[in-house]
Amino acid sequence: MNALKIGAGLVVAAALLPLATSNPTHLNLAILVLMAAQLGVAWNLLGGYAGQVSLGHAAFYGLGAYTSTMLLLNFGVNPWLGTLLGGVIAAGLSFLFGWSCFRLKGHYFAMATIAVAELVQIVFTNWDYAGSAVGLTIPMSSQGWGAMVFADKAPYYWLALGLLALTLGATLAVERSHIGYYLRAIKDEPDAARSIGINIARYKQIALSVSAFFTALGGSLYAQKELYIDPASVLSTGLSIKMALVSILGGVGTLFGPVVGAVVLTVIEELTRVVFGGSGRGTDTIIYAGLIVVIAVFYPNGLLGWWRERRARGQALRASLVQEAAR
Amino acid sequence: MTFDILLQTLASGILIGLIYALVAIGLTMIFGVMDIVNFAHGEFLMLGMYSAFWLFALYALDPLLTLPLTVLMLFAFGMLLYKLVIKRIVAAPMLSQIFTTFGLMILMRGVAQFLWKPDFRSIENSWVAGSVKLAGIQLGRPQLVAGVGAVLITALIHQFLTRTRLGAALEATAADKEAAQLMGIDSHRMFSLAWGIGAACAGAAGVLLATFFPIFPEVGANFILIAFVVVNLGGFGSITGAFWAGILVGVIEVMGGLLLGPQYKTAIVLVLFLAVLMFRPQGLMGKA
Repeated sequence: MNALKIGAGLVVAAALLPLATSNPTHLNLAILVLMAAQLGVAWNLLGGYAGQVSLGHAAFYGLGAYTSTMLLLNFGVNPWLGTLLGGVIAAGLSFLFGWSCFRLKGHYFAMATIAVAELVQIVFTNWDYAGSAVGLTIPMSSQGWGAMVFADKAPYYWLALGLLALTLGATLAVERSHIGYYLRAIKDEPDAARSIGINIARYKQIALSVSAFFTALGGSLYAQKELYIDPASVLSTGLSIKMALVSILGGVGTLFGPVVGAVVLTVIEELTRVVFGGSGRGTDTIIYAGLIVVIAVFYPNGLLGWWRERRARGQALRASLVQEAAR
Repeated sequence: MTFDILLQTLASGILIGLIYALVAIGLTMIFGVMDIVNFAHGEFLMLGMYSAFWLFALYALDPLLTLPLTVLMLFAFGMLLYKLVIKRIVAAPMLSQIFTTFGLMILMRGVAQFLWKPDFRSIENSWVAGSVKLAGIQLGRPQLVAGVGAVLITALIHQFLTRTRLGAALEATAADKEAAQLMGIDSHRMFSLAWGIGAACAGAAGVLLATFFPIFPEVGANFILIAFVVVNLGGFGSITGAFWAGILVGVIEVMGGLLLGPQYKTAIVLVLFLAVLMFRPQGLMGKA
């Protein structure tokens, strides 16, 4: 129950933040962190626990964002319902994604997922009903919790935090159930898992569907927060990569890894943008990319993995010292 | 008339396909030798283009003339990148490999934008400017020269791999790293050679493209996805496979653009890619 307690404590503490600061810049940074963390946690279900590296999750994000927005604009469907439907549609379409990609392994899987997401982006870029390349704008005319549109940042902060808590809860539930054990078996020893009768395709698909569902919810939240979406902002491969990057940076296959990764990555990204972004020459991009390379090269198991190794090494060292002293 | 258009489209598809093949050959070689997918491969091409551009703009040297120089520079750059960065992730998990080369991709784009600004640039009035009429079809001379150049370079690489001891050592490492090591072949030297050759091929493709394609920091993005498709279709690690697959992809892309509209030409290629991945994961030309 340790993870549950830590998580619940953190969520409660985090929920108080908007009361401590009313600076919209700080709050916006916090929202960006929470949203990135939520996407990382959702990605991690498939990429970390099941070991299937998807670089096409922007497809689900975009499906969520477009579903809730198009339902709202064309049929006046409430965004709460639209968000839920977006999740359901993404989870449904994830069967097609899984069917076309799951028979592939490693690099092949990763590249196929890029192709699928690029295809979805091409479709939305050329689909006039979905606003094509111009995008869609959500009007500010009705505001409040019912319309999920707010003039201030605090409600978005709570929404993003709630969604993150929900996604963490779902991940914990999967991790603790038989599905979690099966997924780890599939990741580490696929042949052994198959030989004891685990239906590999089925459990990968479960991980993918849950992951797609929560990724789509994140997309709808983005649409409601920014009030504007277009294919470049919600369907780009860069976005897919970022979802994976957050998990890798923190530590794949761990509950809180993506949260740690999201804090570090988002803060770096925003800081470099603020400090170096004004030059208009892409200095921020260079620093950001340089850090990605450094982290990928020197911390291949992510920051949490590195921390655990360090602690384990420290303990081993202490144990050997104690042994020596006793002798 | 329609037949003429068809023929013309076919010819331009083959010509651009030859460039795709040259880009993909470098990618497939790196993958074949060391199982790493280089996401920054399009950036080697971008560097090749800028090298051609600056030598042309500053010293009025024609891209055709500076091709060997650019190829050498890119070769050195590829080996340097291997020594500085890639060497450290040879045994790392796949995820950190993906993110290292992905990070390098953004880094190189960023540096290019920093140094040379995001403007679109082009090389006007090079030696190859103009067009020629061949058997009733009109072809751009830059495209024609680029296609022929790509074929020559591909043939050269093929000769190198099949006729020289160094080439054989490279192939041996690709086939079985441990066994090759036991025969006294230094894997790290081969890996570094593969990065050098890979970067040089992409750089050469960049120079050839520079005479008719806009030059800008993110130009690599247009080619990397296609190169992945070509590498997959040709079978990972196969040079000959990549050659034929490049032509096939070029033709399909251009034909698809003609039939369905240019906005869907990439979509057609991606659908083909997914279909092949599903039904023949070893590639069209690869062995089961």
